[in-house]
Formats: sequence, C-alpha cells, structure tokens
Amino acid sequence: MSLSISLTVNGTARTVALDDPRVTLLDLLRERLDLVGTKKGCDRGQCGACTVLVDGRRINSCLMLAASLDGADILTIEGVARGDVLHPLQAAFIAHDGFQCGFCTPGQIMSAIGLISEGQAGDDPERIREGMSGNLCRCGAYIGITEAILEAQRTLDKAGRRDAA
Amino acid sequence: MNRFDYLRPASIADAIAAAAAPGAAYLAAGTNLLDLMKGGVSRPDILVDVTRLPGLDRIERLPDGGVRIGALVRNADLAHDPDFARTYPAVAEALLSGASAQLRNAATVGGNLLQRTRCGYFYDVASACNKRVPGAGCDARGGENRLHAILGWSDACIATHPSDFCVPLAALDAVAEIEGRGGRREIAVAALHRLPGNAPEQETALERGDLIVALRLPGDAAQFARHARYLKVRERTSYAFAVVSAAAALRLEHGVIQEARLALGGVAARPWRARPAEAVLKGRAPDTASFRAAAEAALADARPSGDNAFKIELAQRVIAHALTWAAAGTPEQMPALPASPFASVPGALS
Repeated sequence: MSLSISLTVNGTARTVALDDPRVTLLDLLRERLDLVGTKKGCDRGQCGACTVLVDGRRINSCLMLAASLDGADILTIEGVARGDVLHPLQAAFIAHDGFQCGFCTPGQIMSAIGLISEGQAGDDPERIREGMSGNLCRCGAYIGITEAILEAQRTLDKAGRRDAA
Repeated sequence: MNRFDYLRPASIADAIAAAAAPGAAYLAAGTNLLDLMKGGVSRPDILVDVTRLPGLDRIERLPDGGVRIGALVRNADLAHDPDFARTYPAVAEALLSGASAQLRNAATVGGNLLQRTRCGYFYDVASACNKRVPGAGCDARGGENRLHAILGWSDACIATHPSDFCVPLAALDAVAEIEGRGGRREIAVAALHRLPGNAPEQETALERGDLIVALRLPGDAAQFARHARYLKVRERTSYAFAVVSAAAALRLEHGVIQEARLALGGVAARPWRARPAEAVLKGRAPDTASFRAAAEAALADARPSGDNAFKIELAQRVIAHALTWAAAGTPEQMPALPASPFASVPGALS
C-alpha cells in the first residue's frame, strides 16, 4: 500500500510517500525527514519527549499515525528559533538550568510553547506544573523548568505588548 | 504493530460500511488504540479513520437548554469551552483531571467513551485475560489487583473502566447518539458499558459498524451547575488514572437537597451511577450525616475482588468529600489541580 501525504513542517511544504500506514508522526520526523530533535522516549504517550505542535496544538507524536495527518501544519524544536536567535523558552531553559541530560528538553520546550498559547496557566506555578505533567524529566529539573516557563511567559507578554503598540 | 489497511472514508455511511467488515476498527485520535496496537493487544486488519468526517466537531446548544457535543470534539476544547464549563462544571473538571494536556488536545470525546481498561493483565499479552482472549482465564485474580473493581465484577473479569469524563456524564443522564447499519439510535452513557458477567470481551452495547456521532446532555442537567464537583483520588498528583473518583451534583433550595446526582469512577467496568445514594440524599440537609449515609448506600453491594477492600472505605470517603465540595458550591475558577483533593478551594474543605 502506498499513500502520499502533504505536510507543512517548520514552514516548509513536504510531500511524503508512505509505504506503510503504521508510520507514526514521530518516526516520520526522525527516520524519514531527518528531524531528530524530537525524541523517542517511551513511544507510548507516557513521557512527553516526542511532543510537537500539530496545527498549533501540543500532542504526543508517537501516538499519531502520519497517514491521518495529511494537510497538517507541524512545528518541531528545529523550527522554533529564528536563525541564531533562540526562542524565549530556549533561552529561559538555559538561564534557569531547566535540564541536565537534555533528552526530554525538546519535548518540554514544545509542550511549554503549547501551554503558553493555551493561556490557561497564567503566572501560577501550580497551574504550570499541572499543565506540564505530561512531560517527565528523569534528571528532576522540574524547578528550573517551571522558573523558565514563568520567565519566558513574561518575556513573551512584554514582546506581545510591544508588537501591539 | 501488525500490518493493517488504512481507510479514510468521506461520509458517515461509507465509514459504517467499512467498519462493519470483520477485523475493522475505527480510528479517531488513536491515543488509546495506537498504544494497544503497539503492545499487540489490539490487532485490527483495517483502520477506518473517522477524524475527517464532516460535522462531528461542533458543540451545539439545544432548544431545551441542553448541549450536543460532536463525537470528534477534542477533550481539551470541550473542557475549555467557557459556556460548557459554566453549565456543566463537573464534566469540565473531570475532563481536565484526565491524562495530560497533550493527550487531551488530541483525544476525542467519542473515543474517550470507548477507551479500554488499564488492567495490567489485559495489556500484557503474556498474561491470561478473558477480555483479550475469551476463555483464557484471568491472571488479575490472585495477581496485583489492589486497583481493580469492587462493584459489578465477575469471576471472569475484575477490570475497571478508566474514564473520568464518563463519570459525570453518567450522573447527568448523558446520552450517546449512535449511527449504525440499522440507522440512528440512542444509548444512555450509564448503560453503554456492559458489566463483565461471563463475557468480558463484550464491553459495550455497540454492534459491529456502530459509530458514536455525538453526546447529548439534557437541559435539566444544567440545574446542578452551582453545586457540581468531580473528585479523583490517584496515586500521584497528576497524570494518573483514578483509584476511586466521584461526580457529585446537588440541587439545593432553602437548605434542603431537592435532587442529588452521584456516580463513581475506578470501581467497576462502567461508570457507576449510585441511584440508592441519590434517593438517600433527596429531602435531607446537606450535612455530614447525610453524606455519610449516602456513601454507605452507594457501596452497600461492594465487595473486594482481591487486595482492594480498602477501596470500599476509600470510595465512601471520596463520596462524602465530593458531596461536601458540591454543597459548598462550584468554584468560580477551575482549581489549579482539577479534581484533586490537594487543590485549595476556599471554604470547600475542612
């Protein structure tokens, strides 16, 4: 069975011929499109390392069939910086030691981008922790992660007000 | 994962025809089905992708004041719909207490109803499981079973249904609209899931090809909006299935309970509507004695299926707690930790 799908990945239109409908979005990104920033942790939707944005929403890419995403707009960790300028969340994760080994970090950052755009957490650390509970960090960098998200949200709020002015 | 044919029909009629074939399964978000397929627990020959079917992703207000929720509405979108959350707060709270933000963004409300049990022996293909292989036996009996059923179980199966969302739906008389080979029909959510009996592999009242197209909440369910809560006790603060949960809703007038609704999660193979407890509460004052009496009535028929006698007392305490919260009033804002006993809700907990 051959199935052709069209996706926009980090702003670039891609057409992919799928020879097997079993391919998940995660495996498509890593094995076919060479975008290995998105990590495979548990591959069962439990750890969040594979988090990407699909049509602006954070999801677990290990639990989505690529075939079902024909026409979707995908954003991965490779697409969040502007050239050499880090995304505010990337900068804040560095500033606040929001990681140790770094394996979960792309998923943490994509999840945090989704969290901020959902607008449900505000500046409440407890709401941020709850909103990030789908991303596990075995190094236990949770305190730094929460601080990084709080700071990035302040940075983005200021930038948003500047853009609006 | 086994090989399968992938189909994406353009209409509901085509989807039903495709899914009526032996070995076919519907695919919505796939957050549970793909997990089961990766573990070899589910092995469909054909996946019928329904995510592009038109018209199933809307939340509509009905003339009777109720609401109709298309089966493809995502869990997060329903929970964060301001009008829905204000009208059916316990449903929104249950949705937000389930899974993670990523899964709630993907998972559909129709799929939530049809998720499979999280019994570890069902998931482990090396274990005996009557639900996975009829007649194979049940390794959960005599195994790790402290989280298993205390109501409605049989010698063949002691698994529980894991949904949070279904619990307040059952309490509020929600109805599932089904399209199938014989046309359209309706099933109460409280009656959608079957108790195991001698055939635990038959989990729902659905027949081959049946597609849930919508859920409906009746207008009178909105009368509980000011006193409705969901409480969920789990083994960690977030992102875990319920050990026991309860949806409690009250209609109070002049300090008297005019009508009560109560359902439990994590205790049986279906969301467990506790009608005897509702009868106990009607006409009584919303106080500790009433709530304790209701809790005892709700669990009168409970019996442990293994190392889980503690869940009977736990369920009674969760019920009393949820009713206390409901009586204190629905919070203006969703708690930081939805449905958690650790959430700080002013005035609700003593």
